[in-house]
Amino acid sequence: MAIVAQHTKFSKIAWPVLAWVVALIFFFPIFYMVLTSFKTDADAVKPEFLFSFTPTLENYANMTENYDYWRFARNSVITAVSATIFTLVVAVPCAYAMAFNPTRATKDILMWMLSTKMLPAAAVLYPMIFMTKAAGLYDTHFLIIMVLSLINLPIVIWMLFTYFKDIPKDIIEAGKMDGLNTWGEVREILIPLAWGGIASTALLCFIFCWNEAYWTVRLTTTDAATLSKLIEGNRAPEGLFFGRLSAVSTAAVGPIVVLGWFCQKQLVQGLTFGAVK
Amino acid sequence: MKLRNALRAATALSLLATGAYADGHAKELTIAIVNNGHMINMQKVAEAYTEETGVALNWVSLEEGVLREQVTSDTATGGGQYDIINIGMQEAPIWGAAGWIEPLEFGDDYDVEDILPAMRAGLSHDGTLYAAPFYGESSMVMYRKDLADAAGVTIADNDSWDNVKAAAAAMHDPDNGVYGACLRGKPGWGDNGAFITTVANSFGAAWFDADMKPQLDSPEWNAAVNFYVDLLNSYGPPGSEGNSFNEILALYNQDKCGLWIDATIAASFLENPNVAYAQSPNAGNPVGANWLWAWAMAVPAGTANAEEAKAFIEWATSKDYVQAVGNHPDFGWGSVPTGQRASTYQIPEFQAVAKFAEAELAAIDSAAPEATDLKPYVGVQFVAIPEFPEIGSAFGQEMAAALSGAKSVEDALAAAQAAADSIMKEAGYY
Repeated sequence: MAIVAQHTKFSKIAWPVLAWVVALIFFFPIFYMVLTSFKTDADAVKPEFLFSFTPTLENYANMTENYDYWRFARNSVITAVSATIFTLVVAVPCAYAMAFNPTRATKDILMWMLSTKMLPAAAVLYPMIFMTKAAGLYDTHFLIIMVLSLINLPIVIWMLFTYFKDIPKDIIEAGKMDGLNTWGEVREILIPLAWGGIASTALLCFIFCWNEAYWTVRLTTTDAATLSKLIEGNRAPEGLFFGRLSAVSTAAVGPIVVLGWFCQKQLVQGLTFGAVK
Repeated sequence: MKLRNALRAATALSLLATGAYADGHAKELTIAIVNNGHMINMQKVAEAYTEETGVALNWVSLEEGVLREQVTSDTATGGGQYDIINIGMQEAPIWGAAGWIEPLEFGDDYDVEDILPAMRAGLSHDGTLYAAPFYGESSMVMYRKDLADAAGVTIADNDSWDNVKAAAAAMHDPDNGVYGACLRGKPGWGDNGAFITTVANSFGAAWFDADMKPQLDSPEWNAAVNFYVDLLNSYGPPGSEGNSFNEILALYNQDKCGLWIDATIAASFLENPNVAYAQSPNAGNPVGANWLWAWAMAVPAGTANAEEAKAFIEWATSKDYVQAVGNHPDFGWGSVPTGQRASTYQIPEFQAVAKFAEAELAAIDSAAPEATDLKPYVGVQFVAIPEFPEIGSAFGQEMAAALSGAKSVEDALAAAQAAADSIMKEAGYY
């Protein structure tokens, strides 16, 4: 009995301490980036100024004056929001069909969709550049929205499929008995029941779209360039511009961190594939 | 209802996106630039150009590797995505020969003869200039004069490698966080590949023979790489295989390096006032261990705005531009682009603030990119052939493996030789 009590007391202290240590380790890079963004480029690399320094906003001023931050931010919002909506519009009916009307091929289709994520992006970079230029789509919002949607579609369908599978088929069939057509089933039954799962999936999809850097850097010039490209452009081979780079990175990840903070409950649910019942 | 609203929002956003793209543009140039202090300054100085000419300038700043990738794919496909591109000395003669970039001819006022001869040669093909330098560099020895004096050593111009090693040994004090020699070790043809190639040049080694067969298995290469590995392992900072320009600059500014051999541009970033400069060492032959590089502006053949682009380059690489930066309230004479024009080094205001100017000019003037009997190809720390980046990257990986002790120098050079041989054969050189 005493051993059990001791064990419980130990667990009560050890686990939270461990959780805090792990959380701080994960949070430190973000904290360091934000801190560095308020240092001059010269101070940013000096260990003696790690925590004690004179804060400056010059990096943020430079970001908006010299790099047109708001144009990149606007493009990020347009492409990430549009791609998320488009992905859901395609993924919800797909996942619905596979969850409630499966065929013998459903499992294989799901696996095939997932396997497309295994293709290294670099393998199709040059064909993509040639084709999109020939089609006049290079550096357009439309292209980036399509690319972001397609690369996220497999994982979104998988997530939604998992949520929908938790909804008893009987409920859907009861709707059918009441005279609902397919669209009615999706609108009146499926979406209200799976709303938590859809919301968390949408949030994750939005985060993936916002953070995507390989294609958004390589398929844009100016008109559709997103914040990823702004960060990429601030890396310098000859020159220690860590203060400036940190400011740009902070401003780029800031919106997504705030969004994630407010929606962390849904995010955890989405990441753990929680049940919707 | 919610889904319907979402669909409406998606449609509206898509239309907004398409509309944004379809906006008409006035006379506008899109310029792909490397993120370099001089280019960032140019964006501000060029506001006057836009005011004067009405030409709007769209700057696309990119990391060096991504810039190469984007510009290469755009230029090779005649894409015309960019009107002006930043390219280096490795690309300029190759792309000029391939017709991917336009030849540059400027008016008399431009004074093309004022461009440093080594830069002109490195950016030309068959005597035609294909890219105009906005900033150029060589390499030299930068060392802590206070540490050298305290240790009783000196480093002379074009000193022998043995003396440089002895100086590094004398300044080496790891217990107090000072390492004798900080040198590039990070893998990459422009990182450790560039520095090791200059060491090899000075040991009498060359990448290829007259038939373009790789020579990495020669005794000269073996001696050069063994010297480099021994110097850095004996007197370099720990983890040197991860260090390139920026990492060493940070170490140097934390007073952790006795000497550093690297790009002359580094001199303008050094904060410790006890710095002295010397021309790069050699190993007893006339070829020094200094390099030659320029970031330059070129006009891709696919652009529809070639004339406007050339006019901008003529302004941005002119003597007037140097004056504009020097007299600009935000910048001044310490920020003018160097390694570009001979006349810049004659400006008294520049001489007053640039302690390194004389050493930099001497280093650039002594670099010889042209083909010679010893080195039958164009380029100093690289070879101006399209296959070199691939060969140099493989070489850089092997050298980092040798430096970290994962491989012997002999094995690393043998592997690099095999990779180079395979790439050159596949490319049809022999």
